[in-house]
Amino acid sequence: MKGKRSMALPYVVWSIAFVVIPLLLVVYFAFTDKNGAFTFDNLSKIVHYLPIFAKSINLALIATIISFLIGYPLAYCIARSRTHVQRNLILLVMLPMWMNFLLRTYGWMTLLENEGIINKLLGMIGLGPFEMINTQGAVVLGMVYNYLPFMVLPLYSILVKIDRSVIEAAQDLGANRFQVLCKVLFPLSMPGIVSGVTMVFVPSVSTFIISRMLGGGGNMLIGDLIETQFLGGSYNPYLGSALSLVLMVVMLLIMTVMNAFDEDDMEGMLV
Amino acid sequence: MRSIGKKLYLACCFLFLYAPIAVLIVFSFNESKNRATFTGFTLKWYASLFQNELIMRSLFNTLIVAAAASIIATVLGTIAALGISGMRKRMRSAVMNITYLPVINPEIITGISMMLLFVFIKEIFHLELGFVTVLIAHITFCLPYVILNVLPKLRQMDVSLYEAALDLGCTPVSAFIKVVLPQIMPGIASGFLMSFTFSLDDFIITYFTSGSSFQTLPVTIYSMTRMKVNPQINALSTLMFVAVLVLLLLMNVRKKPKGVHA
Repeated sequence: MKGKRSMALPYVVWSIAFVVIPLLLVVYFAFTDKNGAFTFDNLSKIVHYLPIFAKSINLALIATIISFLIGYPLAYCIARSRTHVQRNLILLVMLPMWMNFLLRTYGWMTLLENEGIINKLLGMIGLGPFEMINTQGAVVLGMVYNYLPFMVLPLYSILVKIDRSVIEAAQDLGANRFQVLCKVLFPLSMPGIVSGVTMVFVPSVSTFIISRMLGGGGNMLIGDLIETQFLGGSYNPYLGSALSLVLMVVMLLIMTVMNAFDEDDMEGMLV
Repeated sequence: MRSIGKKLYLACCFLFLYAPIAVLIVFSFNESKNRATFTGFTLKWYASLFQNELIMRSLFNTLIVAAAASIIATVLGTIAALGISGMRKRMRSAVMNITYLPVINPEIITGISMMLLFVFIKEIFHLELGFVTVLIAHITFCLPYVILNVLPKLRQMDVSLYEAALDLGCTPVSAFIKVVLPQIMPGIASGFLMSFTFSLDDFIITYFTSGSSFQTLPVTIYSMTRMKVNPQINALSTLMFVAVLVLLLLMNVRKKPKGVHA
């Protein structure tokens, strides 16, 4: 079947026009000022925004760790259930994902409000009211909630393949529960952990909706900052591009590090 | 004892996953706009939802974009996958790297980069942000999913079958339709379905490429959530949840007989 390489041509042209060139434009704008002259100003201005970068990465890390702590046992429980139960449980994990995340996050707004249901329930047993909405905790909760399925699904698909007898063998050879977890389960499920962590971390770092809906005005993240440069009040695509460029580079670095943990690399997966 | 603990843990997790959805559903039937106390049963928010012209038009826009984008992406992507599978390793890696870019890049970056392009070429092509730009953006982020679904099927396929068809007198086109296509059809179908659902659901990329005149449902939902109290959102959520649930149940019923044979 030779000579059909040319069939990929329309796609390659499309990708260059709408993926590669736009990204090059981001780089171009990052190094340009309003008059189109070359400048380092945009990038050097980023120093002022480092706290926001740090906060985004910090909150996303916390959300990723919590998702892992909730998601790993959940995936394990599902993987160790009976086969037909497994299918239903996985469907239950995936079902919320098919509802738009804006609606689900809006649901949390209702729950967390000062006059909201959680405070009302707590009030009944004499607690609170607690200030939950418009806090960093609410933002982390929103991230965990929205991206937990992304953690559970890859973990489940790898855990379900682990042979039970491997765990039994480890137990027979005298490993306690903790050793089984650290020396058998974690190493065997590493590819799932890597993709789960990436799939939670990447959208968490770059979100601008969750922070706005649940974090109020005081919890600006890097995504919000970029968004306001393009569509918000402070229109400045040059600074916005510089911020995006830095975000992209940071993400690439993190993913390279993550991929180093994962031995079998995908063909053509970046770097 | 351990089994009880396990069930309790599962219950807690699913309580967490479904609590906000349950709240939205319950309060979609609430008489008053209050979001914490249930004052009485009503269907008025559903009625006003269907009379809301903006929402209905956005829904229509969303469906049109999703249908067009997923069909175009499926055709273009399948042809591309055929081409890519015939490439030598080096070239294939280069093309695959570009294919992975929209998948692993944060969505906001994809969104703003395309917005920059569209604003940049606005003068040259007289292209205002709107239906066309949203369609282009959606095709672009759907294409990788089609390719990534079709390529493995092509790899599993036995090339000698295609050659046998040619030897037996098929033209390349009819050999493709009769031999290759049926074998890669599952990949094409799942690529199409993924594209369609991603396109329906996409907010971030649409937000940056849609401009002010053309709104899809997620963009409209976003502007509605900015207005704080709006029970129409609850009604809309309930309808969407029911739609997804029905769709899933239908798919499950259809799949079951297959499971018996396997």
